[in-house]
Amino acid sequence: MKVMAQMAMVMNLDKCIGCHTCSVTCKQAWTNRTGTEYVWFNNVETRPGLGYPRTYEDQETWQGGWVRKDNGRLALRSGGRLKKLFTIFSNPKLPSIQDYYEPWTYDYETLTSSPQTDTFPVARPKSLISGKDMNVEWSANWDDDLGGSQEHAARDVMLKGIEDKVRLEFEETFMFYLPRICEHCLNPSCAASCPSGAIYKRAEDGIVLVDQDRCRGWRMCVSGCPYKKVYFNHKTGKAEKCTFCYPRVEVGIPTVCSETCVGRLRYIGLVLYDADKVLEAASVEDDHDLYAAQRSVFLDPDDPEVQRAAERAGIPGDWMEAARRSPVWALINKYQVALPLHPEYRTMPMVWYIPPLSPVVDVVRDTGVDAEDRGNLFAAIDALRIPVEYLANLFTAGDTEPVDGVLKKLAAMRSYMRDINLGRDPDDSIPEAVGMSGEEMYEMFRLLAIAKYDERYVIPTAHAEQAHALEELATECPVSEYGGGQQDAFGEGSGYPTPVAVENFRMLQDRQTADELVGGGTKEGRVNLLNWDGKGSPEGLFPPRGDS
Amino acid sequence: MNVFLWVIVPYLCLAVFVVGHLWRYRYDKFGWTTRSSQLYEDRLLRLGSPLFHFGMLGVVGGHVIGLLVPRSWTEAVGIDDHLYHYVAVIGGLIAGVMALVGMTILIYRRRTVGPVFSATTVMDKVMYAFLGAAIVLGMWNTIAGSIFSLGGEYNYREGVSVWYRSFLAFQPDADLMADAPIGFQLHALVAFGLFALWPFTRLVHVFSAPVGYLTRPYIVYRTRDERPLGNAAPRRGWDRVG
Repeated sequence: MKVMAQMAMVMNLDKCIGCHTCSVTCKQAWTNRTGTEYVWFNNVETRPGLGYPRTYEDQETWQGGWVRKDNGRLALRSGGRLKKLFTIFSNPKLPSIQDYYEPWTYDYETLTSSPQTDTFPVARPKSLISGKDMNVEWSANWDDDLGGSQEHAARDVMLKGIEDKVRLEFEETFMFYLPRICEHCLNPSCAASCPSGAIYKRAEDGIVLVDQDRCRGWRMCVSGCPYKKVYFNHKTGKAEKCTFCYPRVEVGIPTVCSETCVGRLRYIGLVLYDADKVLEAASVEDDHDLYAAQRSVFLDPDDPEVQRAAERAGIPGDWMEAARRSPVWALINKYQVALPLHPEYRTMPMVWYIPPLSPVVDVVRDTGVDAEDRGNLFAAIDALRIPVEYLANLFTAGDTEPVDGVLKKLAAMRSYMRDINLGRDPDDSIPEAVGMSGEEMYEMFRLLAIAKYDERYVIPTAHAEQAHALEELATECPVSEYGGGQQDAFGEGSGYPTPVAVENFRMLQDRQTADELVGGGTKEGRVNLLNWDGKGSPEGLFPPRGDS
Repeated sequence: MNVFLWVIVPYLCLAVFVVGHLWRYRYDKFGWTTRSSQLYEDRLLRLGSPLFHFGMLGVVGGHVIGLLVPRSWTEAVGIDDHLYHYVAVIGGLIAGVMALVGMTILIYRRRTVGPVFSATTVMDKVMYAFLGAAIVLGMWNTIAGSIFSLGGEYNYREGVSVWYRSFLAFQPDADLMADAPIGFQLHALVAFGLFALWPFTRLVHVFSAPVGYLTRPYIVYRTRDERPLGNAAPRRGWDRVG
């Protein structure tokens, strides 16, 4: 047993309202630079829909992820090492910018510099790739809210096999949102595809990063990732991907996407797993067994044997404590309501999802019957095969049984909590019907519905003895160049790297806890609201209280 | 003049090549990349890039054999001049034509596809000029010199190759090069110019050929480590007092 810790995320899709705040704040923090205009480390897709980049889930075309060969071993779907090297001069499976979208800006200057004319001047869209006028025909969420669903949603790869049953007439379509970030897989195929060995998994917390100094721009990772969450920066010529906001996570703050999530649907916590069993679990024969196989890799932090092994593996005590309190572990294992996204890619993804019950509830409510009643909901889950099969295609490689189980738990919670909220006696037969106790069901409700910030984000800080590596003064931070390279003699991005440009979190903490303002001066009227994250109340923000 | 052209200039270029690469690796690892433009345009690249690169691999292999293997060695294993000449010309032609056609496609692409053209740096253009000139002159030497014997018979294995080995052994014999036909002289000078430019262009990606991929494990784990990743010492994070 080789115990390793993995920073993981769970998203509760029932709560996602599709506001794209996560995408926008992530982009502001990480990818608002030239070369990354089309890069969305976090994006929100409307399902059914094509996703971003278009039809990325069609692995027959894109050849991402792993496949199990007849001899039971895993191989990269796009071919092994030799094939990769022979096709290195022209990557055969690289999505073109058209598969993402051509980024653009507007020619705002004409609005102010236009001479007097009969008609209003127009700010025309200009391509950020070629600089020429362009027609805006696609973007990262062009089919948002089923926009153009007749044309686009019908091509959703996940509808394969059930397309005849799905009627895409607008009024009959079910819909939900799927926010996606990098999965930080246990068995990452992007890292396996990288010829330079620049993509690595951090041993401490499992975050998958691209070493910008080692990346040589061969682009094999872009093809290798089945989720298409590694992007090629076309200005610097290097691959970039979601960093799980490692500078924030290291100091115990959640990722930008989680922090700013309006629906509070994201949970971050540790999961312990047995690194020796990952490959075996990823190689099970039947795709339907992959969900169970991945869960079998995880280790129970309350098991004394696991605790001893973790201690031997050098996992600090506060990390073990965090693993025990981890909401992610609870949702995946204790309540078993979280499911992995596309386990059939065999990468062992570590961002899991609680499938949405709302499509089912909506249908039941629309028929005029009681949509909080367990019997009605259970019957609907059994009857409404389309949402269930579709969800199963996303989360369990097509196996409807686990999806059924999760939806029934959520339905049971709904009707159990209604009794409590209406002051009736709780009906313990409801949780029993889905194999839970009343107390467990209430706890699950607490975690899903009203958990506070520090319950949703249980993030142990990186250790002080490693702190030198976290300081931004060193150039060793693997992606410290995310600040963007400068234009130098060898083209954009060359030259000395600039350090991480996001907020310096230690300074932020200092500002909040120090007696004086950084840089001196009086406190009154000098609070930087941009840097205030809502914790504590810096003096000067509120008028002094009477008793102080 | 001979000493300047065939001793001083080559060694200067070699020095720039070596020191330039060390410097670039030390100070510009972030800029060390292929700077691929495949994202912008795929169709022409798919044809041109493999043609050019595989052609160039052949060209480089041919040069290694032609320049570094002495005539006496091939004779010792029973390869006479005629056979050698035959193989070298055929191989050289195939590789050269591949490289030339590939490069033509790539330059055409670079000029006509808007996004690719606007991503082209001045260094790229200079490098293309030298690389193109070197390939064209090399092809000329093969076709004109070896096939049609324009300007008289010349066996480069007795002249240019010997000079090149003497150059590598730091005992250069400038006269050998001075006697070579003008085509070979120009080819050598352009090539040395290219070597001097090399560390300052995207050509550095040649030295990142990822052969290690064949042997390394698929998944790389890294732990935060005491040693900084770069060779350069981390910059001071504070201001010196006083």
